[in-house]
Amino acid sequence: MESFSSPSDEALLDDEAAGGPTFLDRLFDHGLLIRTGVDGLYGRSGAFESVVDALDRLITRLGAADGAEVMRFPPGMSRPAFERSGYLKGFPNLAGTVHSFCGDSAGHAEILACVEAGRDWTGQQEASDIVLTPAACYPLYPVAAARGALPAEGRLFDLQSYCFRREPSLEPTRMQLFRMREYVRMGSPEQVLAFRESWLERGTAMMRDLGLPLAIDVANDPFFGRAGRMLANNQREQGLKFELNVPVNSVEKPTACLSFNYHQDHFGSTWELRQADGGVAHTACVGFGLERITLALLRHHGLDLAAWPAAVRTALWG
Amino acid sequence: MNITQAIRDILGSNEAFAGKADQLSEDDSLFDMGLDSFGSVQLMLALEERFSVEFPDALLNRKSFATIRAIRDAVSTLVRQEAA
Repeated sequence: MESFSSPSDEALLDDEAAGGPTFLDRLFDHGLLIRTGVDGLYGRSGAFESVVDALDRLITRLGAADGAEVMRFPPGMSRPAFERSGYLKGFPNLAGTVHSFCGDSAGHAEILACVEAGRDWTGQQEASDIVLTPAACYPLYPVAAARGALPAEGRLFDLQSYCFRREPSLEPTRMQLFRMREYVRMGSPEQVLAFRESWLERGTAMMRDLGLPLAIDVANDPFFGRAGRMLANNQREQGLKFELNVPVNSVEKPTACLSFNYHQDHFGSTWELRQADGGVAHTACVGFGLERITLALLRHHGLDLAAWPAAVRTALWG
Repeated sequence: MNITQAIRDILGSNEAFAGKADQLSEDDSLFDMGLDSFGSVQLMLALEERFSVEFPDALLNRKSFATIRAIRDAVSTLVRQEAA
């Protein structure tokens, strides 16, 4: 895949290497992120959110002409739908299930005693029928399939959700709870591949307009275990996933800020989603990591939003 | 040990090939005939268990599982290495 050079590809601030505060520390010190005591679980300041909101609106403007149907789901999905989605085949380690207390008054007293004594109190928690959403599009597929076969022109959806992935990290770009904006296309292979191609171009132009150095690279999802290595190799061989990477934490390991995914008939088969002609529907999506793009902007343009380049501020806020 | 027959037996347990694994030619594309990525992973794990071998990373790709012939070549090599 073509790689793109940057408009401003100077070296990242090398503060950590010089023994200075990390990027995450500086984000805390400036109040942009707020500590909670859990790695990867942070509060956001008003300034941080103003960038996230601006990005969300920018992405809406870029896709407006396509007439996507907007859907917003809370950051939890039905456990049966989650199980059927196949997520556990590839990412059992990243999933987060919602558990709740299902005991009686005696159990309640026991929990309080455990908390008081500093012992494990979670023994009486039972899995509920809710799983934390792992990607914004996961709640969509069963809803779309329930409508019956797609019309001849296919369908296009606009989603945004907080998503959960259990991967505690000190890299600010690897949060456990983060927002993902997505456009999801359903239709024939030709329709969904044309969609992905168009967003490879639009996404690249968007990030260039934001003054960010970037490269488009073939990629794979972080599938679990040995079986996962094979799934990852297959995914790369078939060119199913591309990522738009920006150096944020380091130049050597840039951060995927956008991803462009062709699922082939995976979700179509899983959910019995049909094209108008009865064939299994193909799907593709473009995903935007809203916190990641925000962090890339903060990294490259500085922690003071008012001092960002005028062109970047105009692209975001008009 | 008849490796080819063992491969057909394992393929027969995959939904895409149920009841027709014995009719596959050695060069039929398994992926064209309905084997998906996760199916190929299940196939790989079943072959490892059946022949007590472990596929090295270099063989964990679609090419190694594309046809019965490709699978037999890979398994035969691994079985020989195991015996050596």
